[in-house]
Amino acid sequence: MPKVSEALLEIKNLHTSFRIEGQYYAAVDGVDLTVFKDEVFAVVGESGCGKTAMALSMVRLHNINYTRMDGEILFHGSGSGRPQDILKLKGAELNKVRGGHIGMIFQDPLSALNPLHRIGQQIEETLVYHTDLDKERRKARAMELLENVGMTDPALTYTQFPHELSGGMRQRAMIAIAISAKPDLLIADEPTTALDVTIQAQILDLIRALKKEMKSSIILITHDLGVVAEMADRVAVMYAGQVVETAPVTELFGNPRHPYTRSLLHSIPGAAGGENRLHTIHGAVPDLRGLPRDGCRFSRRTPWMPGDAHEAVPTYHEVGPGHYVLCTCYKTFRFEE
Amino acid sequence: MPLLEVKNLRVWYPIRGGILGRRIGWVKAVDDVTFSIEAGQTLGLVGESGSGKSTTGKAILGLAHISAGQILFEGNDITDSARRNRSPYRKSVQMVFQDVYSSLNPRKRVLDIIAEPLRNFEKLTKAEEKKRVDELLSIVGLTSDAAVKYPFEFSGGQRQRIGVARAIALKPRLIIADEPVSALDLSVQAQVLNYLKDIQKELGLAYLFISHDLGVVRHMCEHLAIMHNSRFVEFGTREDIYSSPTHIYTRRLIAAIPDIDPLKRDENNRRRIEVAKEYTDRREDYYLDSTGVYDLKKISATHMVALP
Repeated sequence: MPKVSEALLEIKNLHTSFRIEGQYYAAVDGVDLTVFKDEVFAVVGESGCGKTAMALSMVRLHNINYTRMDGEILFHGSGSGRPQDILKLKGAELNKVRGGHIGMIFQDPLSALNPLHRIGQQIEETLVYHTDLDKERRKARAMELLENVGMTDPALTYTQFPHELSGGMRQRAMIAIAISAKPDLLIADEPTTALDVTIQAQILDLIRALKKEMKSSIILITHDLGVVAEMADRVAVMYAGQVVETAPVTELFGNPRHPYTRSLLHSIPGAAGGENRLHTIHGAVPDLRGLPRDGCRFSRRTPWMPGDAHEAVPTYHEVGPGHYVLCTCYKTFRFEE
Repeated sequence: MPLLEVKNLRVWYPIRGGILGRRIGWVKAVDDVTFSIEAGQTLGLVGESGSGKSTTGKAILGLAHISAGQILFEGNDITDSARRNRSPYRKSVQMVFQDVYSSLNPRKRVLDIIAEPLRNFEKLTKAEEKKRVDELLSIVGLTSDAAVKYPFEFSGGQRQRIGVARAIALKPRLIIADEPVSALDLSVQAQVLNYLKDIQKELGLAYLFISHDLGVVRHMCEHLAIMHNSRFVEFGTREDIYSSPTHIYTRRLIAAIPDIDPLKRDENNRRRIEVAKEYTDRREDYYLDSTGVYDLKKISATHMVALP
């Protein structure tokens, strides 16, 4: 945990809704979060819980033709003295923050990189927009970045196309682009999901080293609890568009409280040992249109729990320092026999 | 007698070049791989992408060309495709695929998807067929009204269960499961793994379980083979591999698994960096010419390692 906790990004009552057949449905439904300076903040949950919808809201990469965003995302970047509300920024200002002060790493580097441009060119593109380096200095900086992300032969990679690189190398190239403007915040959306476990370890080491060097914060979005345990300082668990539990990482793994968090940790194979049956969660993550909007959203997945265990309008309860849980059902929750 | 015996399996693809398209080299996808699976057992095949684990599975099914070696099923040689097609082998070995979106025909109803193998091999009346499909659906925990739906109406986990139902339709002896849960979420993954284990007990199935996820493999498999550069680098029981990994590659793989205990973070990092260093610095001790994998040597009754 960082000693001085100074907010870098504050999300207040964020709603991100997508239009489906003329109706808007909230994929992120009232999220409040604060990311501090110099920390790794992890967001976990299964697919369809709203993790990526939230991440893309932070950089406004949603297609506005069918997405609506309400709330505030206050960014205390080094660029300006006072916080900026990302949701209210206009074109040029937004582009300055996005890529300049906030960098993004996506899951699939093959589709995130332009297949027709050389790696060097793609790094320099960011430098053109976010720095005032001249052509030669940009090239030197691109080489330096490629070296920073652990490319064995930066000069060669500089001239290569994405398809010529392996998965791990591509991910490194994308990280080079994301950090090229020395951002205050790096959003990594499933950065290692498509990679082998040894390569994953290398990329995580790299992200860790870069974070230390640049003193920036990282929002790490993942479904892999192992990665969270390895990387995060604090964790938010998302379910059905809401944050159901926030806690420091040791607290979350050592003393998980929300039924969803506990169920997830319980269903990890290999943890309990070989022969036992794995724990499963009743039912499935509801789809966007069928999402229960009132009461405790996880209650449908725990039908054996009495109705009065839940709050009619769930609120957050502080159960430890920095540890918040949504709804009262955590108090009486036990696994089904 | 083992259910399946694979002896010195090779899948080599020619590299052609020059104006005459002559063969100028080989891509060795699988190189001299030997193993056997007993009835009712699970063998895990672990390795990185490109290590040849999927190709091994495909070669056993006859979906990849076998360059050399021998595959025996219940003692019968089925290496030759003509012989394979004449024997009951086609019914006895089935596959579960990784991608649940592309492995089910989107234009067919679930009934037709699951009944397809039955229609190929068994002559059933419509009513018998429907009854069998219902049985199969109930084995994988789906209701019989699923039969008239289309794949898009199901979630990823349910689709994979449909894939499993199709694979067990002909009461096979062996299922090749190629990354069956890699695309699934944690809780859904747990469901599918539980079904796979239940079915195994009920039907006495053997699995060749191909995966890169060492946690899943540990849960599912009694025996493990670690593959690297198209060859086995280590082979043993679950205890052999997880408690005393011997080859540097296996050790590196195991060290790279993130631990879910954040308190052990620093310790894990240190160990991982140590092993990674040894992997780069002492390659010659484990690899022939620093890439070639040695032949397996027995170091205990069940444990084999590729060492010089």
